[in-house]
Parts: sequence; structure tokens; C-alpha cells
Amino acid sequence: MRWVKKCVRMAVLVFLVSAAAFLLVSMSPLDPLTTNVGQTALGSMSQEQIEQLQAYWGVGVPPVKRFLSWAGDFLRGDMGISLLYRQPVAKVIWTKLANSLWLLSAAWLLSGLFGFLLGILAGIRRESAADRLITSYALLTASTPSFWLAMVFLMLFAIGLGWFPIGLSVPIGVEASGVTTADRIRHAFLPGLTLALTGISHIALHTREKMLEVMESEYVMFARARGESPGRIVLHHGIRNLILPGITLQFASISEIFGGSVLVEQVFSYPGLGQAAVTAGLGSDVPLLLGITVITAVIVFAGNLAADLLYEAVDPRIRRGRRQT
Amino acid sequence: MKRWNQRQIMLAAAAFAMVFLLGITLVGVLVKEQALVTDFSRKNLAPCRRYPFGTDWMGRDMFLRTLTGLSFSIRIGLLTASVSAATALVMGVASAVCGRYVDGLISGLIDLVMGVPHMLLLVLISFAAGKGFRGVVIGISLTHWTSLARVLRAEALQLKESQYVKIAGKLGKSPFDIAVKHMSPHLLPQLMVGAVLLFPHAILHEASITFLGFGLSPEQPAIGVILSESMQYLAMGKWWLAVFPGVLLVMVVRLFYTIGEAMSGLTDPGQAHR
Repeated sequence: MRWVKKCVRMAVLVFLVSAAAFLLVSMSPLDPLTTNVGQTALGSMSQEQIEQLQAYWGVGVPPVKRFLSWAGDFLRGDMGISLLYRQPVAKVIWTKLANSLWLLSAAWLLSGLFGFLLGILAGIRRESAADRLITSYALLTASTPSFWLAMVFLMLFAIGLGWFPIGLSVPIGVEASGVTTADRIRHAFLPGLTLALTGISHIALHTREKMLEVMESEYVMFARARGESPGRIVLHHGIRNLILPGITLQFASISEIFGGSVLVEQVFSYPGLGQAAVTAGLGSDVPLLLGITVITAVIVFAGNLAADLLYEAVDPRIRRGRRQT
Repeated sequence: MKRWNQRQIMLAAAAFAMVFLLGITLVGVLVKEQALVTDFSRKNLAPCRRYPFGTDWMGRDMFLRTLTGLSFSIRIGLLTASVSAATALVMGVASAVCGRYVDGLISGLIDLVMGVPHMLLLVLISFAAGKGFRGVVIGISLTHWTSLARVLRAEALQLKESQYVKIAGKLGKSPFDIAVKHMSPHLLPQLMVGAVLLFPHAILHEASITFLGFGLSPEQPAIGVILSESMQYLAMGKWWLAVFPGVLLVMVVRLFYTIGEAMSGLTDPGQAHR
């Protein structure tokens, strides 16, 4: 019953996100005809043709009606035709998402794992050497724009040292069947590294804060007095208390990784979802932009839902509380 | 020499950061004319004593351009951070004070804004507002209030349970009166710290969205414009066009964090002993 409620809430939120996104793009001062067909082409068209086009773009139809028809099509799986790629939006999104997905998930898992470990290491003792080092690293990367870091990596490792390719996700001039996994990893390495390195700081800082709290608590003091070794304390009292906030942080960072990918993919011209979003925005490709927004929102909300699910799996207190009620 | 304690070090760091940032802002405004001067006899110079950051392909002094860009970014940050902080205050207090329905509405709105990644939402908003200065300012103001609003809401909820607020309610004060007279004074320190910590985010996002080509137009001396232009010259080995402006940007952002952290550290009684 509770899960039904959560799923309904998620569906409502996705619906609202798409409504808000639709409202935003329909507020745009750009005239759909002039941007998509072009001023000169319009001038040479007959009145009839123009009327047909106006009907296609829904000029004069109230936004609410246009939204409902768009949303209805969307639910049936028809997201419209991308203006720039001249392909169905769903197809464009799946190809781009397939490119992005494993880059993003690798960066997501790595930043989560290392952020968590570094946070624990820093939080064991305030002002220790490890704490100072890790905190300064995290604070520095928190102030660094990810796109600039991407540019520096590009300059150093791709242009300067030539270790990695300069852009794209596959080598140029090689058939799709000839692309090896090694090629793909080589192309995704720098963008992934940038995303992971900038993603660590947030998770590490919050984990450290939590860890300090635990280590300065009374039960840890008691454990020390009982003579438990530091390793045991971290393992049994530290990590257990850090898992819940860790899960929250990790799943909340999905949204940040997606946001970062928009910038990083642009720098490395990596043909993923983020780059597609930029192209769609710059080229006024409304159907594609809307499609990407909705799909991203679904992923982010699904992440929140997954975090809730994991709470129950991890924390016996939450499970027990449910059974009693 | 007397050893300074943590608080004094914090205070000194914050004071230094403030002077530094103020300096950049003012100098940036003053050298704006010079920063736009093009001189093709000195184009594409690597950093040297005269031009510490080098010059670009139009012979503009990159050091002056960077200063102007940062100054512009800081001023945009000031505008957007204030708007966001004000929105956060109104939303946070309203959601704590105005009953369940308003609370549900505002919490839903926060979830909604947070459900779309920041950058994507900024792209959408600047698309809606027409690209350029207006789009950036509206976009950043509308997207950055959520987390601060949550903090203020939690704080206001706690205040709501306190005796004097309950008594004021029993004495017949309206929720609005209570919010203004009895709650805002307690929320003010939180708000100030939150607003200062919004700054770095606002500046970073402004630079990012401009870098992508949605934000400020290329004629404006913005740090995002400088960095996005330098992208085209990376492959030609003109590393100074990207490296120095970026380093200075990181420094500015870091200094804003320093001020924010010092403020929160100094106003938090729980840390008074450190």
C-alpha cells in the first residue's frame, strides 16, 4: 500500500515536471515557424502551405490543449520527431542514453565509493593529517567548475601527452562493428574521470561530517573504554551509522552527475544525453528537449524511490516499525 | 608571537577574502574599457611580464579581461543570490507557518525543482526566457532557493513549537505577524550564511550556462564567455587562455566559501570553543 502511494507520488511529480517543462518551452519568445522552417523558406511559401505548417506546430491552439495532446502521445511512446536529428525523439534519446549510461554509472559508482571511503578516513579524527588532506581536496574540487577541469584534462592528457583521444565516444572512421570495448573505455576515460573527481567532494564532505559526529558520540567513547580497537569501532559503530545517510547522498547525486554530464560531454564532444540536451536547447529542438527533461526526471525520481527501498533493506529499525503498524 | 585561535584565524581569512573580492569587483569595473581594447600587434602572446595572463587572438589583455569577467560574474552572483535567498525565506517561513496545504504545495514545488538536474533546468529556463542576461538571472534565481528554503523551513518549524510563538498565537497575532516579528530575527543568521554560500553556486552555474552558449552573449566580458572562446584554441596549444581565467575563477569561488564558512562558524554557539 505504501509503495503504491510512493509510485503515485512519483507519477504525479513526473507529470508536473513535464507540465512545467512544457509551459517553459511554450513561453519561449521564439516563433516555431520562423525558427524551424526559416524566414526565407517561409517567404517563398504559399498561404496554404503556411497554414498547414501552422496547424502542424499548433499555432493558435491554447497551450493546455497542446500539452494534453503531447502528453497523450508521449504516454503511447510517441515523443515526436526531433527537428535536428530528423528521427523520432525516442530513438535519439535511447542511442544517446546508451552512450551516456555506462559513462555516468561508472562515474556515479566510483565517486560514491571513493567519496564514502575518503569521508570515513577524514572523519576518524578531526584535524588529522588525512582529514586536512581530504578536506582541502574536497573543498578545492567543490569550487572547481567541472567544465574547466574537463578542459584542463583535455589539454594535459589528450592534447599535451596524447594518451587519450580528444573527443567523441568511438574512433573516427571505424565501422560500428569494428569498435572494441577498449576503444570505448579510452574515449570515456577522461569524461568519466572528470565527473568522478568532482562528484567525490560532496559525498566525502557530508560523510566526514557524519563520521565526526559518530566518533565524538558517547557510544564510541564507551566502546573505546571497553577497549575496542579503532578498526572495530569504525567497522561496527561508524559504517553502520553511515550507511543510511550514505544511501541518501549517493542517490541524490544522480541528479548532480546528470547535470555535470551536460557540461563534461560538451567539452569532450561525447555524444551522450547531456550533449544532446545542449544541442536541442541551442537549436530550439523543442520535442527533443522536452523528451530529455522528462526521461531525466524519471531517472532522478526513480533514484529517490530506490533509496527509499534500500533504507528498508538496510535498516532493521525501519522494517520492524512497518510491521508493527 | 601570540598564537591566534581558530576564531581569529577564521575572522582574518574572511576579512582577507572580502577585501580581495571587493578589490576584484571594483578593479574589474574600472578596467572595463581597457579590457576591451583590441590590438593586433600583440595578439596571441604567451604570458610574459607585461601581460601576465597572455593575450588572445584579438590582442586583448587576458588579465584585464579576466578581472572584468569575474567582476561581472560577482555582480550577477550578488543579484541572483539575493533574489534566491529572499525567495527561500518567504517559501521556507510560509511553508512552516501557513498550514498543511501551503506546506504540501511548497514541498512539492521544491521536489519538482530538485527533480530536474540544475543544468538542464537552467537550459530550459534560459530557453524560455530567451537566451542572454535575462535568462541567466531568472534561471539562477529560480533554481537556487530550494535547499536553503528546506533549511529555513526546518528551523521555522522548530521555532513554531517554542513557547513564545505559541503564546503570541494565543494572544491573537496573525501568522504573518508571528512570521515577521518573532521568527525572522532567529532565521536571520541562517539566512545570511545561506545567502553567502549561495554565491559560489550562482557564480559557477552562471559561468557554466554561459560556457554552454545559453547565457551571456559573446560581447559581454563574462568569465564563461572567455572560457568557451578558449575552447576553440585549446588544440593550438594556447593553454593560457583557459588555465589562468579558470584558476582565478576557482579562487574567487573558494574565497566566497571561506567567507560563508567563517560566518557560520562564528555565529554557531556550538563551535564557540574551537
